[in-house]
Formats: sequence, structure tokens, C-alpha cells
Amino acid sequence: MGKYILRRLAGIIPLLFGISLLSFAVINLAPGKPVALENSLNPRVSARALERLEKLYELDKPVYERYWHWLKRTAALDFGRSFSDNRPVIEKIAERLPVTIIINLLSLFLIFAAAIPLGVRCALRPDGMLDKVMTAAMFFLFAIPTFWLALLLMNFFGINLRWLPVSGITSLNYEYLSPVEKVIDLLRHLLLPVTVSSLGGIAAMARYMRSSMIEALAQPYIRMARAKGLTERSVLYKHAFRNAVMPLVTIMGLSLPGLVGGSVIFESVFAIPGAGRLFYEAVMMRDYPLIMAEVVIVSILTMTANLLADVSYAWIDPRLRDKR
Amino acid sequence: MALAALAAPLLSPYQPAQIDAGSILCAPSSAHFLGTDSLGRDVLSRLIYGARISLSVGIIAVGISTLLGVVFGSLSGFYGGSVDAFIMRCVDVMLCFPAFFLILAAVAFLDSSIFNIMIIIGLTSWMGPARLVRAEIMALKEREFVEAARASGAGNLRIIVRHILPNACGPLLVNATLAVAGAILLESGLSFLGLGVQPPVPSWGNMLTEAKATLGVAWWITVFPGGAIFLAIIGFNFIAEGIRKELG
Amino acid sequence: MKNNQARLVLKKPVRRLSPFIAAVVFFVATPQAKAADKGDAFICASTADARTLMPMLASDTASAGICGYIFNGLVKYDKDLNLIGDLAERWEVFDGGLQIVFYLRKGVFWQDGAPFTSRDVDFTYRKMVDPQVRTPYSGDFERVERLETPDDHTVRVFYKEPFAPALSSWSVSIVPAHLLEKEDLNTSAFSRAPVGTGPYKFRSWKTQERIDLDANENYFLHRPNIDRVAQRVIPDPSTLFLELQTGGVDLCGLTPLQYTRQTDTPYFRGEYRKFRLPGDTYVYLGYNLRSPLFSDIRVRKALNLAVDKDEIIKIVLLGLGSVSTGPFTPQSWAFNPSVKPAPYDPSGALRLLKEAGWEDSDGDGILDNNGRKFEFTILTNQGNEERIKTAEIIQRRLSDIGIKVKIKVVEWSVFIGEFVNKRDFDVILLGWALPREPDNYDIWHSSRTREGEFNFAGYTNPEVDALLLEARRVFDQQKRRELYRKIQELIYADQPYMFIYVPDSLYVVHGRFREVEPAAAGIGYNFIDWWVPAAEQRYRMR
Repeated sequence: MGKYILRRLAGIIPLLFGISLLSFAVINLAPGKPVALENSLNPRVSARALERLEKLYELDKPVYERYWHWLKRTAALDFGRSFSDNRPVIEKIAERLPVTIIINLLSLFLIFAAAIPLGVRCALRPDGMLDKVMTAAMFFLFAIPTFWLALLLMNFFGINLRWLPVSGITSLNYEYLSPVEKVIDLLRHLLLPVTVSSLGGIAAMARYMRSSMIEALAQPYIRMARAKGLTERSVLYKHAFRNAVMPLVTIMGLSLPGLVGGSVIFESVFAIPGAGRLFYEAVMMRDYPLIMAEVVIVSILTMTANLLADVSYAWIDPRLRDKR
Repeated sequence: MALAALAAPLLSPYQPAQIDAGSILCAPSSAHFLGTDSLGRDVLSRLIYGARISLSVGIIAVGISTLLGVVFGSLSGFYGGSVDAFIMRCVDVMLCFPAFFLILAAVAFLDSSIFNIMIIIGLTSWMGPARLVRAEIMALKEREFVEAARASGAGNLRIIVRHILPNACGPLLVNATLAVAGAILLESGLSFLGLGVQPPVPSWGNMLTEAKATLGVAWWITVFPGGAIFLAIIGFNFIAEGIRKELG
Repeated sequence: MKNNQARLVLKKPVRRLSPFIAAVVFFVATPQAKAADKGDAFICASTADARTLMPMLASDTASAGICGYIFNGLVKYDKDLNLIGDLAERWEVFDGGLQIVFYLRKGVFWQDGAPFTSRDVDFTYRKMVDPQVRTPYSGDFERVERLETPDDHTVRVFYKEPFAPALSSWSVSIVPAHLLEKEDLNTSAFSRAPVGTGPYKFRSWKTQERIDLDANENYFLHRPNIDRVAQRVIPDPSTLFLELQTGGVDLCGLTPLQYTRQTDTPYFRGEYRKFRLPGDTYVYLGYNLRSPLFSDIRVRKALNLAVDKDEIIKIVLLGLGSVSTGPFTPQSWAFNPSVKPAPYDPSGALRLLKEAGWEDSDGDGILDNNGRKFEFTILTNQGNEERIKTAEIIQRRLSDIGIKVKIKVVEWSVFIGEFVNKRDFDVILLGWALPREPDNYDIWHSSRTREGEFNFAGYTNPEVDALLLEARRVFDQQKRRELYRKIQELIYADQPYMFIYVPDSLYVVHGRFREVEPAAAGIGYNFIDWWVPAAEQRYRMR
């Protein structure tokens, strides 16, 4: 097992190289230019000044040469400076990533805490009352766009009831609050975003859980376990659950890397200074150094997540372990 | 619903692109059952015409991604070893690749037609189903019934198609149902890159996007397309449950 | 009051503002700075965070807005859009514009206490033309032949040839030489903690959240009455509007829909004042004049007759705008009020098209000419609903007279890079936001049609060319006005663009602010005079 993990970890580096090469090429060859968005169609900005900017950003050099430069710098863990404000890319990411990670961890926790029991309950009595209500609720949550749900909640809790702040992560007077007040202030601001970002996930996860659980419960060994007189709880969570949890692990592995990029919608609606928006803006402005840093981060996340998923399969299902 | 989409010209009370300065943002009434949008166009007519685009994009795109996912996932899960390693690294690459730029490049070379939208959505979203199928197959292929089938001399393909896939379809069907809703919404995201349907052609996705600006004033512009997507995925869910019962 | 010990305390929001007080303040327009109460904070919002507070690198509106509080130029525009002195007390123009002499204000200090002198102006100029500095605004300064500073308070600028817009180019923010001399301007830490001469000084910047500024006690005009300015980042306009309803922002731009339907509630009437001012942007349909379809002026005139601009304004702007009649907007001094918009006349359009050879000869409902059908694509950018709606209405109206129009909406960077700059379009729907200096040589002169330049329509008219050049050489505003009026007349007659509308600027400002007086320059021009009566102040900095 250990050898397997090591081998996979070693495999990440050449893969990373390949992905970065491909991405660099496509990003640079795709339509649109970095300086275009910043200054275009401003009559005060002359065409000559733009040409000069292109030179300063080394955009007049061929792609392969620029990739080589990028690779050398990145190997030394220097991701360069952002085109939009000339700040080091690493610094920009470091100040934005924590919020995104906190919100996503909170909502991930919420998703699993809510979706697993819900899914199991539904699977116990398919087409029962709870199952029907849950099915309708989950499709409802999936059909309404995130921004709509967010605005609805903001309107209700922020304006009608005035219980919660509408947007941002801190109040205007944050710097003058005591440490305890600061934490409370932060939590009040995070409540709605975490709720909104987890509701859709709960709906989907509960659905996966329900479907695999129904299948697992139909297996012969469950009947055996029941026949042996084990408690229902033990049958459910010890025997059936182990077999039903596989798709959940897969989905989790798949959703981990998407969290960073996928946060852009609620980060925009709730005015949260997170990494999702940072990368979205970088893409729209063709801020190449920042986009490439994102590609590297997302790649590492994806590959680790998929490696973790593969390892957990073996851990959950001992039969797979011997094969490795 | 599919029938309504086919019979759109017969059912729609108005032309979907008919602009009426006199009736901007009218609430639902007897003249306009579901109200009008910010150009004075009839929401019901646009909804019915939009069904054509949205339903076909949803179904076909998800069809493509599920099919690809099943093929690659089964190969990977069943054969394991270097086949598995290769396919899964391809999945990793696809997942890491900034899809936005792929789409941009596609926009530069392809015309904006709904077929291209379906293909692009399909080609960029098969990785999820592939990993789901692979995980299921890895768990199933050691089971007794597979051993039994092999003992009775069934070929690999037959084992996969007849014995393993039916048992692996649970998560896949859930994924497909959810992906339909996703694809319907994604279509409007692609038109933002110049690849989706272009105005004035309505789709449920772009109706929802337009509705955002009028959220506080005209609830009907948001609620009805949202409701249509809701009904559509409920419909797909019934079909999916039906398939599952058939196979189980 | 010491700012480093400041306390920001949120007081209970004032529920209702007496309309009487608001009315009195509105009509008593005498300067009240002495009687005005000091204190309170002004919270505004922008959709994107500032990128840099190094003014010569700042090309986005959020950065420019903040820099405007912190820095000054040598000259500025007053409320009626006339150029007046800012850091310069006055100026003189010699040799028909070959030399401009600025006499600087004395006793001005940088916010760190160092005196402001002509050395700072010289430094700013040298950096503007330094090829290593990543400024997009070098254009105007490359015309300067040399700059002399005979003493601490005099700056002589010599030009290679007379250039009337030069004067307004000196509204550029002057940066402190003593702090930046040894710095690389592109990467200097100054861009995140600037020091200027302006009414507010930098306090703090939380990336993508908020920038806070404090009143500059020693501002050379007078200390601003409002203690603090905070600019929040709220990317989503719907969220911004919700924040307005919780009192989280004090100033907000409105969409026509918000202005007419969503702010007509007792809450808004009690808490806010709405402003509707003439706008400084115009939206147009730009033809690609290289295309044989649009090279015939009769066709362009016909299209202009076939589109009902009033209908567009009624639907898209809900009536809050005016028909555009040329390359200037009504609030500019260069605008020519005698140019009248063409009427909506579809049958007249058909007559003109027939003259030009376009007729529906095969009866398929689409006009044709020698076997070629009249169809084209309107290209516009994503992210502006008003433009997309406008395109849809134009599409509808042109289909009424037998012209088939497709609409293609593309993302901005691609739109500019692949289509506009490469001239790969039939027709584009776009808007120009006009600077206060009316010189628009770069948009209309026939020498500006190469790739990446702004005359993307490919417009050439020797008469307009000559007038544009002339208007750049004349410093007398009366004479320049005559030239620009003539230019507007000629351009409207040639119809290289279909001029569509000028949207009004719509805002709300919280009612507790006094001395907010709309003028041609908008409302922010006298911000340092705004004040809030002590009883109504919301935030206390103590």
C-alpha cells in the first residue's frame, strides 16, 4: 500500500509538467489578450502605449520561450507577478485562499453531516413520506439557481428580519471589536454563505446516499446479517453503509478541486473576498501568471483528492486491498 | 413537456420574440398567463420555445457524457493495471485543465450552434461518471455473481454489459438526473462566451440569467423558468427510477 | 481628534429624515463649511476592488476613484466643467500654445509633512514618459518637448507644437518625488499605501473588502467635513441594492428599473435622495464602413430612419435618457444642440434603400440587391443587459422592413481582441464614455484606422480631419466650440455610427448628507463641503 501511494505521488510531477505545458499553450493561444481588458477602448490610452505595455509584460516573445521562463521560475516556487497590479501572485493567493477554504470546509462538513443520515432514512423506506418530501425538496434545491436562493435568503434575513448582515465577511466597525465580538461578527457573516453553498450539495449527496443504500440493502449479506439478529443500527451503519459509501468517496474526490473555482458564485453574491473570485477575475482579465498558479494549485488538489479517493476505496473494501 | 416543446408554434399564444413597448414587465394576467419580460415579450411563449433548446441540450449533452463515462469507467475499472492508470491520469488531466480556455478556443473555431454546445458540455463532463462507474466496477468485479458468469464462459464484454453495469447504474442515474439540470443552466453560461444560443432565441437558462436584473420587481420571470427546470428533472427522475426498477 | 485613536461606533440608524431640513439645505446654497458639523463616515461601493493606488498605473474606475480622494493634479474641472487651478494657482499660455507656465500654489504639503514643490511635477512628468513605467497614459506627455522648473513654484512646459488638450492632461495626479525617487514605480509598496496632497489620506486596505481613508486635517482648501471615506467592494449589483436597503452603503448608482420601480417606497423616500443627471456616455451602432453593405450613405441613413430610438429609450431605459445626436453628449460644452435626431420613418427608409438598389425582388420578405440578401450580424459584448436588449429591439425593427439581423454576444476580451481590433465585424453595438476634454481625434481621424486604433468604423472625411486638427491647435474655448459643433454636424450627417441614446446617470445618496448639489460635473465635485448634522451622524470616530 505504502509503495503504491509513493508511486502515485511520484507520478504527480510529470503529470503536473504535462498539464502546465498544455494549459500554458491553450491559455496563451486562446482568443483575448491580457492588456485588452485593462485599457481597451479608453480614448486616453494610445495604441502606442499599449504596445509598450505588451513589451514590458514580455508578450511579444514566443510562447515556448515564455513557458520556459515560467517553468524555471516556478521550479523555484516563484509564480511571478500579477499583470493587473504587479503584486506577487503568491501573496495575492495567500490573502484570499483562507476564507474560501474555511467556508468550503464548513459546508463540506454540513453536507456530510446532513446528507448521510437523510439518505439512509430515505433508503429505508423508498417512496415513503420522508422520501417523497426529500425528493421534491432536493430537486427544488437543484433547480433554483444559487444566486436566486442567496438573494432570497439575504432579503429575508437581512432586510425583512434584520437578523443577519447581507454581505461581506466583517462589519464596518470590525477593527474596534473585542476578540470575542470579532468571532461572533465573522460567524454571523458566514452563516448565509455556508448555508447557500451547502444546500445544493446536501441535496445531491443525500440522493447518492439513498440510491447506493437501496442497492446495498438488497444484497444477500444484509439479509444474512439481519437473520443473525444484529441490531438494525449495526446492520445499517456497519454492513450496508460500508458498501454504499463508495460513490460518496468518488464524488467527494471529484468535488474537492472544484471547490476553489466553484466558489465564485456565492463569493460574488455575498461579496466575500475569496479565491474563487480572484481566479475568475484573473481569467476574465487574462492575467496569465495568476491563471497558471491556479492551474498548478487545482492540479495538485485534484490529483491528491483522486489519490485519496483511490486509497479510501481499498481501505473501505478490503477485497480491493490484496489486489494492489 | 417534450410534446409541448415539439408543438411550440401551436401552443404559444405569442411569438417569442415579439417586443411590445406597451407591456413591459406585466404581471401574469389573462392576456399573458405567465406575465411579460423586460422587453414586453410573453413569458409563456418563450418558456415553450425555450423547452426545445433546453431539453435537447440537457438530454443529449448528458447522454454523451454518460456514454463516455461508462465506456472509460468500465475499461478502467474492469481491466485495472496500466489501462486503469492511463485512463485515470487522463481524467486527472481533464479535471485540471482550465475548461474556460478550451471553450474559448472552441468558440474561435466553431460556429455557435446548439449541437456544438451539446458536444462541448458532453466532452467536458464525462470524468465524473467515469470515476463513478470505475469505483462501482472495482467493487463489483470480485463478487460471486461475476465469478459465476466467468465460470460459465462469458466474455469480458458480456460480463461488463450484462452483469456488472446493471448493478453499477444507481449512482450513475443519480448523476445523470442532476447533470441534466446542470447542463440546462450551463448552456446559458456558454452563451456568455459566445457559444450558446444567441438572442432573441429563448432558452430556460438565458431566461433565468436575464431574470436576475428584475428579481425584486417581477417574480414571474424567475419563478416560471425555474419551475420548468424543476418539473423537467422530476420527470427525468421518474424515468431514472423506472430504469432502475427494470434493471433491479 | 486623533485619528490613530479613532473609534468607529455604529449609532442607531436614523429612521426618518425630515423632508423640511432637506429642502432648506437644498435651496440655501451658500458655502456652509463654517457652520457645518464635522464627523461621520461616507460609505460607497464599487463592483471591483482597486488594483493599485499608484495613480499613473491606475486604469480601472475603482482605483481612479480612490486616487481622486488622495491626489491632486495641477488643474481640475469645476462644477460647470470649466478647467480651474488645483495644485496650480493659475497658468499662462505663451506662443500660441508652445509654452504653458503653471504657477503652483504655495504652502501645500504632502500628507507626510514634506512641502510640495515643482520638483514633484518634474518627477511625475519624467515617470509618465519613462518607458520602464507601465503607464497607459504616456500619450499626452510624449508631446512635451521639455519641462523646466525655474523655482520651487513655477513649472514651464514646452511643446513641440500647440496642443489644446494638453491643458487638461495636467489634471494627472502629481506624485511625491521625495518618496518615490529611489523606487521602481511598477512594484513599489507605495501603490498599497499612497501619500498624496488631497483631502483624504490613506488609512487601510483590506483586499477585495474595503479601503478606508481619513480626512486630511491640513488639506490646502479646508479640512473635509466628513471624517472618513470607506469604499467597499460589492461585486454583484443585486447585492449592492440590498445593502442600500440595510443602510450599508450611502451612495449607489441605480438601474432605470431600480430608479423607477424599486426606490419609490416610503423607506427610500425617507432615507435617500435620488438624483437624475444627464449622462456622459452614448451608445451607438458602429458600422464597418469597409463592408460593401454599409459603404453607401443612403443605406446608413435608411437604417437610421428604420430604428425608433424613442422606443428603445422607453423600453431599455424606461424613459430615463435622451436620443444621441452625435459624438458629444448634451452636458459637454462641445455639444451642438442644433443637430436634431432623424425621425422614425420606416417607409422613408424603404425609399432610400430602393434608391440604393435594395428591394425584395424574390418575395421572400428579405431585401436583396443583385442576388445578395440584406443580412448582417450585430456584435456586442457580454455583461451589459441594456445593450443586448437594444440589439434585440433593433433586430426586430429591421426585420420589419426586410433586413435580417443576427446578434452575437461575446466576452469582452475576445470581443475587443478578435473582432473590434481586427475589424472583423459587420456592425458593433457599443458605448463611448467621454472624457471631459472633447478632443476625439483618436476616434474620428482617418489616420487612426489601423489595427488596435479607435477609428474602427474606418471613417474618413477630409473636412472632419481638418477640423479635428484645427481644434487641437486652438486654445480659445469659444473658437474650439465652433469647430466641435461643426464636427458633430458633419459626423451626424455621414452616419458612420447610428447614434442611439445617452442614458441618464442615476444615483441615490443618503439623505443625511447636506450640501449635495448636482451640477454639470455630477455630485462628487464638492465632496469636501458635504456634511452631516451632528444629530444625524451615524458613525463616530472616537
